Amino acid sequence: MASITEFNPSTPKKDLLIMAVFTAVVLTAPIWLAPIGASYPDLLQRFAIFGIFAIGFNILFGLTGYLSFGHAAFLGIGSYSAVWMFKLFSMNALLAMAFGIFVAALFALVIGFICLRRSGIYFAILTLAFAQMAYNMAYSVLTPITNGETALTLDVADPRIIDRAILGDAKEALPSPSLFGLELTGFTSFYFCAVMLILAFWVSLKIFRSPFGLKLLAMKSNQNRMQYTGYNTKPYLLVAFVISGMYAGLAGSLMAVTDPLAGAERMQWTASGEVVLMTILGGAGTLFGPLFGAAIIKYFENIFSALNKTQLTEVFGFLPDGMAEALASVSLLFVGEGWHLTLGIMFMLVVIFLPGGLMEGIYRLTARVKRKRESGGAVSGGAVQPSE
Amino acid sequence: MGIFDGKTTRRRVLKGGAALAGGALVAPTVFSRGAWAQNFRNDPGDSGSVTFGFNVPQTGPYAEEGADELRAYQLAVKHLNGEGDGGMLNTMKPLALKGNGVLGKKVEYVTGDTQTKSDAARASARRMIERDGVVMVTGGSSSGVAVAVQSLCQEMGIIYMNGLTHANDTTGKDRRRYGFRHFFNAHMSAAALGPVLKQEMGTDRRSYMLVADYNWGWSVEESMTKVTEDMGWETVQSVRTPLGAGDFSQYLTPVLDSGADVLFLIHYGKDMVDSLTQAVQFGMRDRQANGKNFEIVVPLYSELMAQGAGKAVSGIYGSSNWLWSLNNEGSQAFAKSFGQEYGFPPSQAAHTCYVQALLYANAVESVGTFYPVEVIKFLEGFEFDGMGNGPTLYRAEDHQCFKPVLVVKGAENPQTQFDLLELVQEVPTEQITYPHDLYPGDLGPYEV
Repeated sequence: MASITEFNPSTPKKDLLIMAVFTAVVLTAPIWLAPIGASYPDLLQRFAIFGIFAIGFNILFGLTGYLSFGHAAFLGIGSYSAVWMFKLFSMNALLAMAFGIFVAALFALVIGFICLRRSGIYFAILTLAFAQMAYNMAYSVLTPITNGETALTLDVADPRIIDRAILGDAKEALPSPSLFGLELTGFTSFYFCAVMLILAFWVSLKIFRSPFGLKLLAMKSNQNRMQYTGYNTKPYLLVAFVISGMYAGLAGSLMAVTDPLAGAERMQWTASGEVVLMTILGGAGTLFGPLFGAAIIKYFENIFSALNKTQLTEVFGFLPDGMAEALASVSLLFVGEGWHLTLGIMFMLVVIFLPGGLMEGIYRLTARVKRKRESGGAVSGGAVQPSE
Repeated sequence: MGIFDGKTTRRRVLKGGAALAGGALVAPTVFSRGAWAQNFRNDPGDSGSVTFGFNVPQTGPYAEEGADELRAYQLAVKHLNGEGDGGMLNTMKPLALKGNGVLGKKVEYVTGDTQTKSDAARASARRMIERDGVVMVTGGSSSGVAVAVQSLCQEMGIIYMNGLTHANDTTGKDRRRYGFRHFFNAHMSAAALGPVLKQEMGTDRRSYMLVADYNWGWSVEESMTKVTEDMGWETVQSVRTPLGAGDFSQYLTPVLDSGADVLFLIHYGKDMVDSLTQAVQFGMRDRQANGKNFEIVVPLYSELMAQGAGKAVSGIYGSSNWLWSLNNEGSQAFAKSFGQEYGFPPSQAAHTCYVQALLYANAVESVGTFYPVEVIKFLEGFEFDGMGNGPTLYRAEDHQCFKPVLVVKGAENPQTQFDLLELVQEVPTEQITYPHDLYPGDLGPYEV
């Protein structure tokens, strides 16, 4: 569906409205997610963090069409950097994030410089190769830095030079990441991630609306033509790659902030594939799509995978005994250990019927409603459109 | 998408208001936490039920173990609630449980998939603690996961009863006040296996080790190397292999030319099934090296692995925490009720998990409160019997259980697919006991 990724001129006023609604929706998430059992800090944090990851990925894939299959490497690098910051210098979340983003940007610059010599499938394979390299090195030769499969964790005896200089010697217990004395745990930690998500979304919105974003979109539609008009496309692509790497670094360091532990499995190809799925499921090249995709996949992973037979039988409890049992057994295939199956079916349906992702579905629905209203003669203004 | 239509309806305002009001009611108790000692996270209070969290691998290389652990937990819940034949509640000594739940509250449970990944396991444990309000988390089939979840539970102030974890770190370097382990560990395996290997294979052996590359593999490697080298063996080489590798041929080929005559397969679960099957396919069992029969040793053995590897296990030595065929009251009671429920005997993973669930419940019943500090103090130094391993002590200094260790061997002529392992020796507790500061660690505070 080409129409929804086309450049869409917007007015500052409309953008402001989008931001206001988005902010309100994100900050009230603990309330409106409660009925579906998703309103607990850990999952809310994950929504925000993987939302950031997917938004960043979308800047590369959605705008330029370059499919990176190794983005999880930057996520892992961000996490490791942040945890090392915690260990060596300070438990301050901002420092750790800044360092995580910086290191991820450095890696993205080098990896991007090499991988962007090719495009299409070759680019995807090159990025995949780099990510697998990072993953396997984290598991083998880099074990002193990454602590291998056991994962890098904090220790009471860590140096934490800055913290000790300011606060004196540490207590007996492990410290939590903090924001100038405010401990980031539970819901506080979610709101911290939420603010980061809003900022990340705002930057992404600005990029989408900027001439830079327009150039990236132009490259997606025809890079040769761009080059004939006198643009050197490589630097633009590299900048897009680095920005999206920095988003991944931010997401990775936030993962470390919410849970100070960094494991190599964050860099595995399945994690890279996951962000591709999130983006495509939600709608590549759209502003909100990747966020939806991230939320849906994380919801499935955390809620569906935890349903077991007892709970299912309870759900179907209103039916006659035999029937409830049978229904529970059938639906058990799709939840619990089988949550991948549900996700797979959903992904297939979306790709077959809504190639533009869930956003295309929303777009079609709103278009239909609009048509109906127009034919009915009642045009109502003021309704906020999702920013296609 | 209704979320983005920005309309404020009356219904929504009411909903939001209700949620805020709910939050306001909860808030004071959140902030005053710790103001008086009995106020603790996930206190079941006056509720008629209490929730346990079973966090086991349902996917990945240890999925088989995870499935068996979950069966055992479900059985434990039944027995605690007074359903079924009661299993070990009939044999456990001392026993405070009455078969009417825990402190009169019906036991319920939630489950989660650790995926054998630290990240996923912690996410799943946090879901249980933050959303489902569990009083205790238990499970895990990998020491990497166990250590990660155990430290999380320490931070959260929720007791973690380790399931199958065999690394020394779990109750050594990474021991935690809120974490307890019933299963034995790498040090005990090595101490028990050493003398048997010496007797069977002599003192002049050259060994080669394939090691699962994470904290469990490392600690078995460390303990086995120390014990075998102390009795005169030489370690030719030790190679670390990734978890869930699937194909181990690239690691097995070099073994043939290395001049080694004993191969240690420090793998577990499906990895061990794969590597052992491949080693046998390579003809290692029939080989001669240095004029001796080539031998394979699997330091941590289990029935599930033996079933997976089939005939390949016959004659291969290893150590085990428990066997269903043990001839004591507790084991028989458990094997019987497990068999009746599921139609096949339980594995050692199932046993340790079942026992852990009962031990926690019994501790709560004994002290009369779910307040974790009291429960921990009760379990520290707790001595019990009738749980299948003979007299057992929960050592206070590192929260490790001390009990006899089994040295087992793959049966030469198994009668059924459940008799694949035979008991060689029950090594007494004294022989495998070590000082608690051998692997130094810090338990941390009671109050968090």
